[in-house]
Amino acid sequence: MAIGWYLVVSALIFVIGAAGVLTRRNPLVILLCLELMLNAANLALVAFARLHGNADGQIFALIIMVVAACEVTVGLGLIVAMYRRKLPIDVDELNELNG
Amino acid sequence: MSAVFFFLAAIGALAGAIGVVMLRNPFYSVLSLVFHLISLAALFLLLRAEFVAAAQVVVYAGAVMVLYVFVVAYVGGGEELPSGGGLRILGPLFALVLAIELCIAMLGSALKGISGKGAPYVPGFGSPRQIGTLFLTKYLFPFEVASLLLLVAAIGAVVLARRRRGLEPDEEFETALHKPVSRRVGSMAESVGARRDS
Repeated sequence: MAIGWYLVVSALIFVIGAAGVLTRRNPLVILLCLELMLNAANLALVAFARLHGNADGQIFALIIMVVAACEVTVGLGLIVAMYRRKLPIDVDELNELNG
Repeated sequence: MSAVFFFLAAIGALAGAIGVVMLRNPFYSVLSLVFHLISLAALFLLLRAEFVAAAQVVVYAGAVMVLYVFVVAYVGGGEELPSGGGLRILGPLFALVLAIELCIAMLGSALKGISGKGAPYVPGFGSPRQIGTLFLTKYLFPFEVASLLLLVAAIGAVVLARRRRGLEPDEEFETALHKPVSRRVGSMAESVGARRDS
């Protein structure tokens, strides 16, 4: 398959993730949608690595996976802390910093 | 043949992504993301990124998703109300505009290589051997920084999610500590059961 097809799939996954971040209210699902966007970037990087026959893009993809794992641990820690303090698990109601 | 596999994997990945966004129950969203990640690993295999595909399945679909499932089970993901007002309409609209723009940017660009199948395949491309060599020579510094980042994230998660609250005193513990007790409590006379009230 031509590389362009992979890029189109990557763009669609990114857009779906962005739409999810904008429309959902549960922080858990928002984290999942962030994962979707990071994975779309991964797919584009691996596709370009194939295009150039150069494995550097795959290294980038692996580093992105590390960063995503860190983001998940900290994000889930925040959600557990919110739950412990009996705060609502809803990003629309957590607006104390909203002035 | 590879075209068939590509379309199967691409449809699976897109369906998984739509499932993550559309399903109301967070638990089903997580399961949908697992499906999406496995389909994406198949796409990586088609792109000859064997090690990345294996890492995707083992680390992402395995470890990270188990973490998600635990937290969803702990927090108890209930049904959420639909987002109200402007974002409900503006969000998908923004996504549509972004999709059109990205497709124009990628397919309308003058990059000639995009319509080809990529560079000729050399044996060993994307193998663990090549990735490991690159990580320990050319990309040694990012590799070490990534390990440091993982350590920082692990410590941060422990600090954030620990049981005792940050700087506020734990009232239950404090009152139990200063509760007046009889002098005999905890003494040897009490443990042998000597009953002498004083």
